Amino acid sequence: MPILGYITIPQSGAKDRLLAELNDIEFCEAFPAENADILVLVTDTPDKETEEQLQQQLKNIPSLESLSMTFGYNDELHKGEHDDNEA
Amino acid sequence: MTMKLDRRSFIKSAAATSAIATAATLFPGITFAGWDKLQDASGMITWKKAPCRFCGTGCGVLVGVSGDRAVAVKGDPNCSVNKGLCCVKGYHSVQALYGKDRLTTAKVRKNGKMVEVPIKDALDLIASKMKETITKHGKDSVAMYGSGQWTIPDGYVASKLFKGCLGTNNVEANARLCMASAVTGFLTTFGTDEPMGCYEDIEEANVIITWGNNMAEMHPVLFSRMLASRKRKTNVEIIDFATRYTRTSQAADKSIIFKPQTDLAVANAICYEIVRNDWVNWDFVHKHTAFYKGKTNIGYGLEDHFKFTDKAEPISFEDFKTFLKDYTPERVEKISGVSARDIRYMASLYGDPAKKVTSFWCMGMNQHTRGTWINNLVYNIHLLVGKISTPGNSPFSLTGQPSACGTVREVGTLTHKLPHGVVMNEGHRKMAEKIWDLPAGSVDPKPTYHTVEMFRALDRGDIRFMWIQVTNPMVTMPKLKRYRDGALKEDRFIVVSDVYPTPTTDVADVILPAAMWVEQEGMFGNSERRTQHFDQIVPPPGEAMSDTWQLIEVARRLGFEKQFPWSEEEYIGKIWEEYRKFHDSPKHNMAPYKVLKARSGVQWPFVNGKETRWRFNAKHDPACSNGEDFHFYGKKNNKAWIWARPYEPAAESPDQEYNFWLNTGRVVEHWHTGSMTRRVPILHNAVPSSYVELNPDDAADLGVVNGEMVKIISRRGEITMPAQINGRGVPPRGMVFVPFFDEKYLINEVTLDSFCPISKQPDYKKCAVKLEKA
Repeated sequence: MPILGYITIPQSGAKDRLLAELNDIEFCEAFPAENADILVLVTDTPDKETEEQLQQQLKNIPSLESLSMTFGYNDELHKGEHDDNEA
Repeated sequence: MTMKLDRRSFIKSAAATSAIATAATLFPGITFAGWDKLQDASGMITWKKAPCRFCGTGCGVLVGVSGDRAVAVKGDPNCSVNKGLCCVKGYHSVQALYGKDRLTTAKVRKNGKMVEVPIKDALDLIASKMKETITKHGKDSVAMYGSGQWTIPDGYVASKLFKGCLGTNNVEANARLCMASAVTGFLTTFGTDEPMGCYEDIEEANVIITWGNNMAEMHPVLFSRMLASRKRKTNVEIIDFATRYTRTSQAADKSIIFKPQTDLAVANAICYEIVRNDWVNWDFVHKHTAFYKGKTNIGYGLEDHFKFTDKAEPISFEDFKTFLKDYTPERVEKISGVSARDIRYMASLYGDPAKKVTSFWCMGMNQHTRGTWINNLVYNIHLLVGKISTPGNSPFSLTGQPSACGTVREVGTLTHKLPHGVVMNEGHRKMAEKIWDLPAGSVDPKPTYHTVEMFRALDRGDIRFMWIQVTNPMVTMPKLKRYRDGALKEDRFIVVSDVYPTPTTDVADVILPAAMWVEQEGMFGNSERRTQHFDQIVPPPGEAMSDTWQLIEVARRLGFEKQFPWSEEEYIGKIWEEYRKFHDSPKHNMAPYKVLKARSGVQWPFVNGKETRWRFNAKHDPACSNGEDFHFYGKKNNKAWIWARPYEPAAESPDQEYNFWLNTGRVVEHWHTGSMTRRVPILHNAVPSSYVELNPDDAADLGVVNGEMVKIISRRGEITMPAQINGRGVPPRGMVFVPFFDEKYLINEVTLDSFCPISKQPDYKKCAVKLEKA
């Protein structure tokens, strides 16, 4: 169940549109910089399949110029290791 | 809301924080509103301070712990180094603790195969093998090879055991490969090691010149401070002086490319211009400097048992001026490829009394067969114009590893060093013997082997036993094949303490699982004389044990219980207070254990409860005692030394057959040999394999496009790897660049083991290769 953080750069003049489009997608939370054309996007998907679908969906957003991942966490990789702490 | 949901919210907040901080490194001054509501969404995470595990910047981090597991990292806002920011490695640092193939049990080679054993049995075997080797071959047949990633207690107990108890000076650390030239540069110019300035120079300076130093990738947090300062103020300029075009060049106001090794000539040409234009700060020069020359044509250390001792001869300013006549900008343009106009421009920046100038450097100047000289020459520039030891005026040598300064330079884990001073000095030996409670004469007055010669001695059989901790020499040694073959010889015994399998554990007879970073208590010392304490925050896995405690266990088995009496509950504090006795003077006093525990780093000299920001400056440094504004107290004549050091060529330059320079180095995503960062999925995926950077025109001549395989051939060996063209770095025509983080592509099979004859630091930046399309 990966949680990923990205810097997203919109196409020229499309910051607000991209923000709205990203926040309309399930599993996505985006918020804008106040003084530059940049958004931060955090995604939180329940499984690998959903994650792959989301990646595809992101690639097809026309207002998106580029997406750079800055953080990745996948608790599938550590399955069972947290359970004691989370019970 | 369940606790599990809380935890996911928390990790999402960490993801957002990481993206925001990365954005800040790319777009200085950027602001985000509303994101902070995501922070600390979970109440179940506790935060504990530590310095970052990776580079020598010494960023303060807060490690988020859930139960007994580290789950996230954020920048420590109380740490003046990074003020809450981290780089991409820092944000992922805790994930490096949890790679799937983490070493958790000891292993011993039996009939050619590594077999798991209880760690107690492995420690017994190490002690008995050391005894046996010393009995058969003498005390200098056993050696310790550590690292600038050792904690201060790790290096201290290694030095105490080997130099004090065993009486051998066979202690070296991989910092010899990364900053020995910085040390000899400091010692020859100032008589005392480590930078006089601090990171606040970044915000104070009007001009920042990076000398062969890709700070955007190697010291990204400091680089972001530079960019932020430039954005805030109108009078800040960044000049990148380098041998290839990098992300630093891209962000700089001006990029100046020079031919490898010719920084020596350019530095002298800058001095020539300063003198010619009478930009010399005469008052400063008369009061605080003296002029010297040393030996020339000093060799390259390519042969076994190479020896060199420099000899300083006083010269006059007029002699120095005559020496500089060979370095007119027009002449140096022909040697260096840097236009006379650009040389004059750089000189004018240093020479302008209205500008505060800071110079930064790291591996480009240190991994250099004239590394000591080029360090001297940049100090010459600053000394001639008196731009030193004041806020914003700083010649600043950066380190690459988190404790290259703290452990290797300050504790003295090099063959000739002691925690205070050098083994050759009787007074320094007596101090060590007294503090270590050893009989007089225990410490040998003769240094033995520096790193390259130590591995040569292992190959020759002069050394039969070597214990390697926190480093990966079977990736990093230049001219690697010789040293790997040496380590594999039948009657050699190699112990390796590490956290993951590496090419070095592949040659081991015993592997000890080590505690990593915040799985133990310890201290690091960063580039600006800042000592940073960290608690044990999470338990180490399986039987993994701190390197310090491994050494203590073996020392006790060797009969040195008296020297290593501490309990596991309090040993770090006790070791620190014992070590601190070596530095009990206003020139180097270290903070007490209690103070270190409480703060996010403390700078030495720490005198009367106060840290020292700028050394040698009477306003800031309590050790100044000459009644003047500045006091360069490291040298007996109380002066900083300006050296006449000529340009001499590299050990091996391109010729008709081997017609390219090979330059090696790092990328921002990976820490050194990648043994930790390649286990972090996001870092690994960002740069999954090494590559050879080619100039686009050279690639076209070779008929190679991005990703195609290129064979790199030198007189030592060859390697085939994918090409990268117009990537993050672009070398000039006639040069290729290869990052060394990837053990699949061992570039050091190809490099040359030449070194600076004064510092004994190898030159990883220059050798000759030819290329073939594979």
